[in-house]
Amino acid sequence: MNFASNIAQTLQNLKANKTRSFLTMLGIIIGISSVIAIVTVGDSLSVSINNSMQELGASNITVSLQSKTSSRSGLERTYAAKDLLTKVMIEDLRQTYPSQIDDVSLTLAVGNGQTTKGKQYANLTLTGVNPSYGEVNDITLKSGRFLSDRDDLEQRRACVVSDKLAERIFGSASPLAERITMALEKGAETCTIVGVYEYQASLFAAAGVSDDDIVTTVYIPLETASKITNQDGFSTFTIVTAIGVNSTDFANQVGSFFGKYYSRNDDYEVTASSMESMVETVQDMINNVSMAVAVVAAISLVVGGIGVMNIMIVSITERTREIGTRKAVGATNADIRWQFIIEAVVICLIGGIFGVLLGVAGGITGAILLGFTPYVSAAAIAAATLFSMFVGVFFGYYPANKAAKMNPIDALRYE
Amino acid sequence: MKPIIELKNISKKYYEGKDNQLQVLNDVNLSIKSGEFVAIVGASGSGKSTLMNIIGLLDQPTNGQYFLDGADTSQQSQKNLSLIRGQKIGFVFQTFNLIGRINALKNVELPMLYTGAPPKQRAARAQQLLELVEMSDRAKHFPNELSGGQKQRVAIARAMVNDPSIILADEPTGALDSTTGRMIIDLFLELNRRHNKTVILITHDAEIASRAQRIITLKDGQIVGEERQ
Repeated sequence: MNFASNIAQTLQNLKANKTRSFLTMLGIIIGISSVIAIVTVGDSLSVSINNSMQELGASNITVSLQSKTSSRSGLERTYAAKDLLTKVMIEDLRQTYPSQIDDVSLTLAVGNGQTTKGKQYANLTLTGVNPSYGEVNDITLKSGRFLSDRDDLEQRRACVVSDKLAERIFGSASPLAERITMALEKGAETCTIVGVYEYQASLFAAAGVSDDDIVTTVYIPLETASKITNQDGFSTFTIVTAIGVNSTDFANQVGSFFGKYYSRNDDYEVTASSMESMVETVQDMINNVSMAVAVVAAISLVVGGIGVMNIMIVSITERTREIGTRKAVGATNADIRWQFIIEAVVICLIGGIFGVLLGVAGGITGAILLGFTPYVSAAAIAAATLFSMFVGVFFGYYPANKAAKMNPIDALRYE
Repeated sequence: MKPIIELKNISKKYYEGKDNQLQVLNDVNLSIKSGEFVAIVGASGSGKSTLMNIIGLLDQPTNGQYFLDGADTSQQSQKNLSLIRGQKIGFVFQTFNLIGRINALKNVELPMLYTGAPPKQRAARAQQLLELVEMSDRAKHFPNELSGGQKQRVAIARAMVNDPSIILADEPTGALDSTTGRMIIDLFLELNRRHNKTVILITHDAEIASRAQRIITLKDGQIVGEERQ
């Protein structure tokens, strides 16, 4: 019997038992839709993170100090002056690799605090940055200017604040040329606002924090920060590689370069990692997590498959005489086997298609609710559809084979 | 003329070698020529259905040889037996055995599905056969919308669709009233005379058997009588 005739017969059978067919498909629909929804949310998260990282600069290399003895993160430690990366070292690096390095972004954390005006307050973190920082980190200015070389050289008390801070403290009035006083843990600091930048919430920002409590960065010249903190070195800095440089390979060269400075340092070494490799690591993690969850969801597909097998066995028992008749009029065992396998595959495939539609809708909704740009993977849809057919073959084979092996005389006599 | 069916020393035993061994057919020799109308009669349990199953290639004898169109059927694979069954033998059952989910036309087409005939050819041939059994106006009706006699006409059309040389009918009037039964036998006679089909009819109804050219009587698995008319 040809394939098209088998499909036509199967559709007739499904139509004749609509409720039963739908209930049988339900297990497959739930299984496939769960997998697709999870993969869609996972992929959307992955793509959103990738885009954010690209905006931050995929060609960037982060150079940081790493303890040789402890795995504690750099944020929790204080460094001795002898351990820190110095401007001399960084200049040496620039001189050594002039064609590979486009720019260097340096930061020096001063501290966290608050600025107030009347009853208004704004949380802030005060950070010293070099003039390149704005361009390297895609800081969008809304008014004024970013910090200049002269600000840095002359150790001016100039600062660039976020639009959120400006709005909270100065309302609709222009904050440019206004002085603000910031209460920090180590005392108060004052600076004059030279620019306002557009605040962008980080992808990793804590959810549920109101505008009243958000912490935005106030940028001051690096030399000014150096003077305030009495610190002349850095625990971390960022390199922007020139166009055409393989940032992952160059990161390895940078790591080796600092070896000569830190080979005698018992406590610290320098690690350099490209944003590209970090993006890959993060994406691998997300993919692994969504795969693990999808595998758990796929278990429900197995349950759905068992449902299909169960219904196929019931259907074959009900149609025993029909099987006998078909054999009497010339059907071979293989014809009967194919008929029932195709029936199981069609049930699973239709269930799979509905599952994909439901899963895509659920995944897109989930991604939007979580704040990611929805991304639907065509490969996941193709894989889910093929897998649903495989479930049909796998769980349809046993009942189909049982039907194929029926003795036609017994089948014709079946009451 | 060479026989179309030739049974030589056919025996059929169930549970062979066990305490409850049952011999259903015992050394049956039978030769049927092409175009004959044969009735096989006998009491219940005489072995007539088993004989029909063997002739119809649905069952294999324990001993003996069965030649169909001169070919030894014991040498054939299961697959080949199915193909021969589909092409050379048409079955008509007491309980019609129509598939309830599909209409009369599709039921008639059923044997053609397994010969690989294209849909248009199947439909045209099935329609032609429904006209032959005067059921063309019921082609789109489902079995539950047909009377017993109409169902059996559809079943006869189905048996004829692959143009087999042999029609095997197992108690085809058993579920019908006597008038309808007679009409069905008339149809078999027409198939035999006008379409030159070899008809083998199993019945326990003497009146129906009397319309055949040859009556074979079975008793306890053996042929005990043969009558030609």
